[in-house]
Amino acid sequence: MLKDWALLGIVLVLLSLATFVGRWLQRQTTLGLDKRSVDSFNSRVNAWWFFSLVLGIAFFQPTLTVVLFGLLSFWALREFVTLTPTSMGDHRALFWVFFFFTPMQFVLVSLNYYDFFSILIPVYAFLFIAARVAISGDFKRFLERVAKVQFGLLVCVYCLSFAPALLFLECKNMDGNYANARLLFFFVTMVLISELLQFLLGRMFGKHVIAEVVDSTRTWEGVIGGSGATAIIGMSLYWATPFPAWWQAAAMAALIAVMASAGAMTLAAIKKDRGEVSTGTLIEGHAGVLSRIDAVCFAAPVFYHVTKYFFGAA
Amino acid sequence: MITETLLTWIARFISGASVRWVDSQPDTCQRVYFANHTSHLDVVLVWSALPTEVRQITRPIAAKDYWDRGYIRRHLAQVFNAMLIDRKKIKVHQSPIDLMLSEIGSTHSLIIFPEGGRNAEGGVGEFKSGLYYLSKKRPELELIPVFINNMNRILPRGEFLPVPLLSSLTFGPPIWLEAGEPKAEFLARAREAVVSLKDR
Repeated sequence: MLKDWALLGIVLVLLSLATFVGRWLQRQTTLGLDKRSVDSFNSRVNAWWFFSLVLGIAFFQPTLTVVLFGLLSFWALREFVTLTPTSMGDHRALFWVFFFFTPMQFVLVSLNYYDFFSILIPVYAFLFIAARVAISGDFKRFLERVAKVQFGLLVCVYCLSFAPALLFLECKNMDGNYANARLLFFFVTMVLISELLQFLLGRMFGKHVIAEVVDSTRTWEGVIGGSGATAIIGMSLYWATPFPAWWQAAAMAALIAVMASAGAMTLAAIKKDRGEVSTGTLIEGHAGVLSRIDAVCFAAPVFYHVTKYFFGAA
Repeated sequence: MITETLLTWIARFISGASVRWVDSQPDTCQRVYFANHTSHLDVVLVWSALPTEVRQITRPIAAKDYWDRGYIRRHLAQVFNAMLIDRKKIKVHQSPIDLMLSEIGSTHSLIIFPEGGRNAEGGVGEFKSGLYYLSKKRPELELIPVFINNMNRILPRGEFLPVPLLSSLTFGPPIWLEAGEPKAEFLARAREAVVSLKDR
């Protein structure tokens, strides 16, 4: 019980700190920061507040958390398909993707049918989409169109669903009723902290940009320094996790940080490619849901499986 | 009243529409909203995007051959107070324009789709002359261009199940028919007013 409150308290302090820094940055005119990146920092902090509220619910109502993640998935997928050009022939396949596979995935997660939810989308939806698009009779750019729908479903629904699945993962070293909720809290907090730290360290020490044309602000210094700093924070929170040793919590936090930046890079590439749409009027705000959860999507399945493999109950 | 609210929310959910007013404000004065037409949901969408007090005095013009078929559609058409026009019986001596004008009186506004039918490609087709005759008889009516983006992917022509992508609705600044303006020029100008909203 003490651990639960301690974790919540620490996250609240970190959040307030980040909010304070964001407001402070907004008022600085002499630092020569560009306004967009400050806004981006602030919208990350806001997303963090939102996630923490959702996760606060996880302590009391795991099923409700799964539902909320499901809605988040649904919205992200909507944005993703809106961004990607699909043709009339994909319409029926998309209908099934939105109204069958997305809800089904989260139902299976909430029932903890691991054997089924871990293959529903990579196997069954994968084959179904290809066949359904073929039946529609439109073969132009076939592989490209099928791949777009499959990618969207995998990233926005399948990958994200592993975050709420942490609530049902059984580990060897669990103590207290809320150990799973703490695990999810640890995971999401690490993702968001790593994003903020990579951003801040990248601004302060960044020299070597990873891929200028994809994301002009993401630097090697930011990613490596941010991951290291995240590892230190993760290490100091190891008492709240099912990882028995401090260095294990640090390694897991570093893994989360690396995957988070991989996710953000990937989505940046997709958005750059579809530039005129993503800056247009279809998706409200300059970011949208998708760009707030890209990091979570990439980190969740990896974190889930590494935890299951090394620390899961036999 | 309950169906109205429910319908509005369903339409907003399916279309995920973000509504923007560019150089224009919602108002209860008499207006004609004219929009591009790509899906059956367009009628409900434009109507539900208006604020409640404006919505209550606004009547969409809808095709009789679609909305008069079956109990549900007929009931829905009643809920959003649609004026059903028979597209097949448009003749000079029983022009639907007169009917529209007598129905709206001096209080109601109209929603019309001047292309006369749905455009499968998502582009904007040539406008039919109804808009011209309407404003020739009532030149003081404000004509508000509306651009509907992405609806052709949400419910394309020939499909009956929607895919919930995101769309956007842009209301533009009013235009009027200039004195002595030729029909073709006015219709081209009106079409341009809709198309130009795409990039605003």
